[in-house]
Amino acid sequence: MSAIPAEAITAESKADTVGQYDDLVNAGYEHGFVTEIESDTLPPGLDEGVVRAISARKGEPEWMTEWRLAAYRKWLEMPTPTWAAVHYPPIDYQAISYFSAPKKKEGPKSLDEVDPILLETYQKLGIPIEEQKALAGIAVDAVFDSVSVATTFREKLHEAGVIFCSISEAVQDYPELVQKYLGTVVPPTDNFYTGLNSAVFTDGTFVYVPKNTRCPMELSTYFRINTPNTGQFERTLIVADEGSYVSYLEGCTAPQRDENQLHAAVVELIALDDAEIKYSTVQNWYPGDENGKGGIYNFVTKRGDCRGHRSKISWTQVETGSAITWKYPSCILRGDDSVGEFYSVAVTKGRQQADTGTKMIHLGKNTSSTIVSKGISAQHGQQAYRGLVRIAARAEGARNHTQCDSLLIGDKSSAHTFPYIEVKNSSAKMEHEATTSKISDDQLFYCRARGLSEEDAVSMIVNGFCKEVFNELPMEFAVEAQKLLSISLEGAVG
Amino acid sequence: MLSVKGLKANVGDKEILRGLDLEVAPGEVHAIMGPNGSGKSTFAHVLSGREGYEVTAGSAMLDGTDLFELDPEERARLGLFLAFQYPVELPGVNNMYFLKAALNAIRKSRGEDEFDAVSFMRLMKEKLKVLHLDDSLLKRPVNFGFSGGEKKRNEIFQMAMLEPKLAILDETDSGLDIDALRIVADGVNALRSPERSMIVVTHYQRLLDYIEPDYVHVLAKGQIIRSGGKELALELEEKGYGWIVDGEAA
Repeated sequence: MSAIPAEAITAESKADTVGQYDDLVNAGYEHGFVTEIESDTLPPGLDEGVVRAISARKGEPEWMTEWRLAAYRKWLEMPTPTWAAVHYPPIDYQAISYFSAPKKKEGPKSLDEVDPILLETYQKLGIPIEEQKALAGIAVDAVFDSVSVATTFREKLHEAGVIFCSISEAVQDYPELVQKYLGTVVPPTDNFYTGLNSAVFTDGTFVYVPKNTRCPMELSTYFRINTPNTGQFERTLIVADEGSYVSYLEGCTAPQRDENQLHAAVVELIALDDAEIKYSTVQNWYPGDENGKGGIYNFVTKRGDCRGHRSKISWTQVETGSAITWKYPSCILRGDDSVGEFYSVAVTKGRQQADTGTKMIHLGKNTSSTIVSKGISAQHGQQAYRGLVRIAARAEGARNHTQCDSLLIGDKSSAHTFPYIEVKNSSAKMEHEATTSKISDDQLFYCRARGLSEEDAVSMIVNGFCKEVFNELPMEFAVEAQKLLSISLEGAVG
Repeated sequence: MLSVKGLKANVGDKEILRGLDLEVAPGEVHAIMGPNGSGKSTFAHVLSGREGYEVTAGSAMLDGTDLFELDPEERARLGLFLAFQYPVELPGVNNMYFLKAALNAIRKSRGEDEFDAVSFMRLMKEKLKVLHLDDSLLKRPVNFGFSGGEKKRNEIFQMAMLEPKLAILDETDSGLDIDALRIVADGVNALRSPERSMIVVTHYQRLLDYIEPDYVHVLAKGQIIRSGGKELALELEEKGYGWIVDGEAA
């Protein structure tokens, strides 16, 4: 088929236009992909027609379509947030294409076509060749090991009664669960990007752990089935029913090939009575070149709701990628005796900017929260920790401990700390510690006088600085995260 | 082993070392003594390659290699070890991990196999035994929260593990009580060998009661102004530095 007619892009949001979009989207299948990319991607731009087209393309039920449309209409009235300490040119939301069928994506055909710098990083991380291909976006043969791994994985989870699937599948197969929980932690109207995400999310992950069940393995996006490319508007929903436990790993230490500049994900966690969710992230998206050109904007909203008594939600994140990171994984401590934790390592170098932190909202009695944030800035990297601890009037006996440490490398980087504390109950116990330090010449010389190179010395000192956070990561992930940190800081000194 | 000739070095515009000569043969222990500000620590730092010093003249050869051509880590890999006067704290960096990384960096540079965890542990146990140390310091972050005595013991333990050709002990006795001093000195004595040379930099004679030097040198105003046997240290203890320093200056 030929280029998409301009009138289709600006079509009114009437029911009869949906069919038109469907034709556009589906056309590629019929015509055998003579013009693969064009025919399988919605034209740039966003209106109700596009929202309907996305929903229709995914065969969603009416309630889901309406949910998206309601979000879209609210989004139109919302302003872009400008309070974060990050700078970037205005984003033209009409210039983005909001749907792209994943399978047809034009990727490199072999490793020879992949950016050698990317390959070098894979090798340093020790990633097997087949996985390198997958990460680089090369279509991988069916013989690829992970197929069998995935199958065993799925069987084992099925036995335990754990649901782990793409959110698209969940909308089809478990509509009552999705309807009950979707948007209840992060409402579409929460902020500009959640509004956008709610309207146009393409895929993501759904997890449900039944009562009194301990999920038999770490769930990882890495082994997620049937969602090869979740795209730029990812949606994750994890529900831990009473007395259950789940640990979820998001991301990968290897830099992933990605052509979308704007990423606006939403993650919602719900822990009922006595349930625990541990959510770990390693984010290593493309940060842009040395002038900051071309990197990913990561504007993500992550929030956990300790809805039940004695529930616990723990966020651990290692953020080394993206040009701009705007991210505040938060906990609403609604249930009595519930616990929220946030452990974070964020690295900015080159021209990277990060405004990240957390919110701990204490509503229940005897709730407690811990925040440990480690920020590392090198070269021209800019970083802000922004954290809110709010103790509601009824949150008798609430406790918080906050520790945020910044490490500066070189004299052009910067770190800022913006702690917000609101206490409405006098029984609250609050502790806040903050430090800013530099890697001292003494430390470097000491290491070098023992035979270590300057780079190894920096990496060792930085890893030491981050230790409390790495200790919270699952073992394998922690090892990878350490390596990643070393690689990220290569050449950042001097 | 070590041959230093006509060494001159500045800190900023100020000349600290003004033509220092020193010859150290394998297996020898040399004590360098001198009043405050005589350049003792500067000498130790210049040899190990610390930034902030400018060598303006002279040379320092270790087994025929010009030290001033090398980065600090290259000097360490060549077999030079500096025991710090003020060992530096590395928060969060496990002491064992640090040592293993250092030892393997040195071995690798020499084309030797890197130690795996098992052989490293074995070596560590062996060295702990030689020095009569327990392993309580090893699981903690490098020097972090250590007492003064613990820091110095840790330096000696590192020296034992890295097995240098030439060890420079920079005022290792400073800040130590007599018990800690004895432990450190015993460690140093246990590491004396016909292949290993040591330069003991100290202000006071008392360390030399425990570490018996082959030679004693008096450093003043950036030069070695007198050398002798261990009896020179005793004489200094008795008379102070004034009689030599003033005598030379006159």
